Amino acid sequence: MSAKPVNPRAWWLVLPVLVLVAFNAVIPLMTVVNYSVQETFGNNQFFFEGVKWYDDVVNSARFHDALKRQLLFTAIILAIEVPLGVAIALAMPRKGAWASVCLVLMSMPLLIPWNVVGAMWNIFALPDIGLLGWTLNKLGFDYNYTRQPFAAWATLIAMDVWHWTSLVALLAYAGLSAIPDAYYQAAKIDGASGWAVFRHVQLPKMKHVLTIAVLLRFMDSFMIYTEPVVLTGGGPGNATTLLSIDLVKIALGQFDLGPAAAMSLIYFLIILLLSWVFYRVMTLDQDPT
Amino acid sequence: MARIRLESVRHSYREQPASEADWALKRVDLEWQDGGAYALLGPSGCGKTTLLSIVSGLLRPTSGRVFFGERDVTDLAPDQRNIAQVFQFPVVYDTMSVYDNLAFPLRNRGVPAAEVDARVREVAALLDLEAMLPQRAAGLTADGKQKISLGRGLARADVNVIMFDEPLTVIDPHLKWRLRSKLKELHQRIGMTMVYVTHDQTEAMTFADQVVVMHEGAIVQVGTPIELFERPRHTFVGHFIGSPGMNVLPCEIEAGQARFAGVPLAAAERAAPGARTEIGVRPEFVRFAEAGVPVRVARVADAGRHQIVETHHGDTVIRVLLKEGERVPGENARLAFDPAHTRLYVDGWMAGEAA
Repeated sequence: MSAKPVNPRAWWLVLPVLVLVAFNAVIPLMTVVNYSVQETFGNNQFFFEGVKWYDDVVNSARFHDALKRQLLFTAIILAIEVPLGVAIALAMPRKGAWASVCLVLMSMPLLIPWNVVGAMWNIFALPDIGLLGWTLNKLGFDYNYTRQPFAAWATLIAMDVWHWTSLVALLAYAGLSAIPDAYYQAAKIDGASGWAVFRHVQLPKMKHVLTIAVLLRFMDSFMIYTEPVVLTGGGPGNATTLLSIDLVKIALGQFDLGPAAAMSLIYFLIILLLSWVFYRVMTLDQDPT
Repeated sequence: MARIRLESVRHSYREQPASEADWALKRVDLEWQDGGAYALLGPSGCGKTTLLSIVSGLLRPTSGRVFFGERDVTDLAPDQRNIAQVFQFPVVYDTMSVYDNLAFPLRNRGVPAAEVDARVREVAALLDLEAMLPQRAAGLTADGKQKISLGRGLARADVNVIMFDEPLTVIDPHLKWRLRSKLKELHQRIGMTMVYVTHDQTEAMTFADQVVVMHEGAIVQVGTPIELFERPRHTFVGHFIGSPGMNVLPCEIEAGQARFAGVPLAAAERAAPGARTEIGVRPEFVRFAEAGVPVRVARVADAGRHQIVETHHGDTVIRVLLKEGERVPGENARLAFDPAHTRLYVDGWMAGEAA
């Protein structure tokens, strides 16, 4: 056997990556872990507290409420944006000038900075001067998103649907465009109905991009912060205080570094866990290729 | 099942076809008998897939009519024409099992479950797919998927014609031969009309009883493989069919005789003056001789059972097919053409046969 020459010094080549990863991921994360197990006082005095903050967060009604609101929000926007995005993609023209026009129009909301989206809707929905709020009130609806929790939720969801449905639609459109004509022709010859074509040709071919779309929308909506903060500030009361808003209130509003750090880690683990579950479920019956 | 007839069919992919070149199909009249095996043969872009799509109903011709039997089907959709088509790339419904794939066209037409089951099993037996019925169709190899595409057509009892659009393109070479003989066998067993589109002459010749050769949107010849080989009606057919293709040599007409390099070759009483005249002779029917056209041997290619000799007379290339081991002369080589297989072509079309 000819032994391959082994030079242990080659391990030094890995060093730059290790340094990079350490500084942008490991060290910041570990700092948070460090905060999460200590009590902080002024003058940079720290006292070890063990899992006390975790215990507090997991058992706090406030965290439970924020988590429930978060789950509800994410569930609603996924239930609206995914089917709506697919429907839009199906309705979009496949070729010609109109296809380009549609693509440009669809990408517009995605290009607007998030705080601008929040500000736009904040003004748009104002009951006295906003176009939406004013119209609704003129039509006889009692609508005021700064006072009514339901109105606040409806506005928040409408804003997110407006902002992000395009992403699902564009991804689904990309999936649809990748289907060769022969599939449609074969389905036509086989006498398949429009629904059968959707169910057996279009949907299976869109599956990969839809998996990505759902994951992206899940993660992003679970971490949403800027838009609701600008729109409602988490109100009225705590009605639209989602997880990230609550986290910022604790960390920066009250400067409770320990509980905030513990909550961040729990938050992170929830996202990781749910993403993994989503991914497993959606790729369950795919061939291992 | 029915006889298929195309009447003055023209097609253009442009809204307003201006010049002759805008027509993908120039003008096609064609008749296919019930139960025949036909091939549409031609190079890429000759209009064969367009013609196929017009028969299957995926395209509506710009003008002309399509008849199945006595029925005018020009305006009918593919599912109303009762045709089946196998595409270049295998089309299977990935999420379904092989069984459900085969049952799909039947279920769409509301066939009772018991009959669906009987038909599916029958077709699976015909195509050797029985063992794979419960499998997911997505997991099959390309040839297995192509069999499923074919099976979806066979499963239906009402199919007028099965059309194949270059179905072996993505199949591995060693499986091509097997699938092709399977098709041939199937045709003999079930006697369904089959139309096979290809640019591969071997595929066309081995599959079809009648080959339709297309060139630049028009049909140049319809005939049996033997006819296409022995009596190509157009120099294109001569070039396209055969390996190597036919030698086409410019010639002069003198006193009712076609002459190439001063050597009289074929009688030519029908050649109009001023027309472009050519001699066509296949390499199989050219041999080295004592007297004849003087040539220089340029190169010899060994093709196994025979050798292909490329000779030059001036700028003209003449290929000769010799048996393995036959001697190739060095200097002062002369060629003789078999008069029974030498054709005269006027403006590309065959004029008369050698006297």
